[in-house]
Amino acid sequence: MTTPANYSTRYLARRIRTHALRMTSSGGGSHIGAIFSCADILAVLYGGILNVDAADPNKADRDRFVLSKGHAGGGLYAVLAESGFFPIEELQTHYKDGSHLSGHVSHRLPGIEVSTGALGHGLSIAAGMAYSAKLKQAQHRVFCLLSDGECDEGSIWEAALFAAHHGLSGLTTIVDYNRIQGIARVSEVIELEPFADKWTAFGWAVREVDGHDHDALQCAFEAVPFASARPSCLIAHTTKGKGVSFMEDTVLWHYRIPRGAEFAAALAELENQT
Amino acid sequence: MRDAFISVLNEGAPRHPELILLTGDLGFGVLNEFVDRFPRQYLNVGVAEQNMSGLAAGLAIEGHTVFTYSIGNFPTLRCLEQIRNDICYHGANVKIVCIGGGMSYGAVGFSHHATEDLAILRSLPGMLVLSPCDLWEASEASRYLLAHRGPAYLRLDKSVAPVNLRPGEIFCPGTVRVVRDGADVTLAATGGILAEALLAADRLAELGIQCRVLSVHTVKPLDTATLAAAASETGGILSIEEHAIDGGLGGAIAESLMEVGAFPNFFVRMGLRNTFSSEIGSQQYLRKFYSLDAAAIVETVSAKLGIAAGSCA
Repeated sequence: MTTPANYSTRYLARRIRTHALRMTSSGGGSHIGAIFSCADILAVLYGGILNVDAADPNKADRDRFVLSKGHAGGGLYAVLAESGFFPIEELQTHYKDGSHLSGHVSHRLPGIEVSTGALGHGLSIAAGMAYSAKLKQAQHRVFCLLSDGECDEGSIWEAALFAAHHGLSGLTTIVDYNRIQGIARVSEVIELEPFADKWTAFGWAVREVDGHDHDALQCAFEAVPFASARPSCLIAHTTKGKGVSFMEDTVLWHYRIPRGAEFAAALAELENQT
Repeated sequence: MRDAFISVLNEGAPRHPELILLTGDLGFGVLNEFVDRFPRQYLNVGVAEQNMSGLAAGLAIEGHTVFTYSIGNFPTLRCLEQIRNDICYHGANVKIVCIGGGMSYGAVGFSHHATEDLAILRSLPGMLVLSPCDLWEASEASRYLLAHRGPAYLRLDKSVAPVNLRPGEIFCPGTVRVVRDGADVTLAATGGILAEALLAADRLAELGIQCRVLSVHTVKPLDTATLAAAASETGGILSIEEHAIDGGLGGAIAESLMEVGAFPNFFVRMGLRNTFSSEIGSQQYLRKFYSLDAAAIVETVSAKLGIAAGSCA
């Protein structure tokens, strides 16, 4: 664990959001609302849950983290830079010509297992990794972060069936359930409710959590696997755009780029948070 | 060809403990020996090809040599984005095996015919595309894949050309194999349909036309040198494939020859011309219906060379 000892995960989350705000503003792209939505989840995971080491990013017994909602790549880049996987200055290249930091997450950077971006891919890859660990009787775990809109993809449910059938208790899926997808609210597009029941019916051990409550997230992650011989699903109830009042719970800020007065106001809000 | 592939897997699995075979719930009866002997190296993922391909990528990233196995378009077109993004982009060590290349599944219907796969798979960066013509090539290609690293596609046909080896011949992936030499015309085929090219070559020989018959078992990377030699040394080239003429073997040959400035006297792409294989019948019947059989090849060559095909057609 390489997070500086004096960083609380809340401080780390604020750093992720501040980096992401600057990155999306200067790069002119990517998904600020979706990053803010999962910033607390990333902070708690990288702030002490995941067994990863910036000095040895490919060590065999590391926990694997797959960001299936690859459009929130800015958040993962930020938390990895904060954790020492690559220089923080590199974040400034995000979305720019010649950068390693594409909008959707890229495994060209140390600490990133796989490139994603097309939705519905990550859970199958993570299940393959977890199945391999089970075959090898390895102790490392696999975590996969999904978006809610991504659960429209049939491939998610193919993977969900597989993981439960094979009792992949080393696999934990986190769903960033902010209830807003690309261009409209989940309830208006394709209703996912009863969402927890669906995962339960597919054979997963399910818990729900406030995805911005660090203590609750910490407790939930420390409790995985939630049941023996079953994969775990943590449904994180979140707010899209969390952390900047005018971005919160709006469809607009899935794609909108913060610039000018909006950028300044957002930065001021983040900097005033404790 | 399927059985040749599976016997290579049975033979190779003990020496390759990292090997794992994923099937999309197909292979009834034929995978029994593998399943019984190597249960830890076998996984039936169900009728879920997208998940199969993503799983394969995840397993390969963790160090496994993964074979995905299904019929026709199921392990390819159904899950093309997983192949592109998860397998190829990560250079994952996954071998995609299609049984039923071309119109092998005959009267089962067009849904089970793989007639665009070569064009699509060969467009993916880093993908090796193998399409053997006979049981020897099928075995050798399968054996090669056991040790090969990176993404590959193996297209297995139900039909096979007769095995006709030169003494001491070895299988060289990435090359075009000269099955029969001749200088009047080149018949370049991929897959079991090479049998039709050989039959046509026999009939054309009776008319005094000597065919060079090439097995393009590796569609990507393409052996341009052997094809360019055929362009300059023989009277013309026919590409022959159970596949759309667009972007498959014919397209690959045309592109690469033009790029190196090798222009045959004539060039004909024999394949499906902007049509689905919607006619119903056996593989042999369909070849005749779509003018891909030996008679059609003889007729095409005769017309191009301006001789009467006579009773041979």
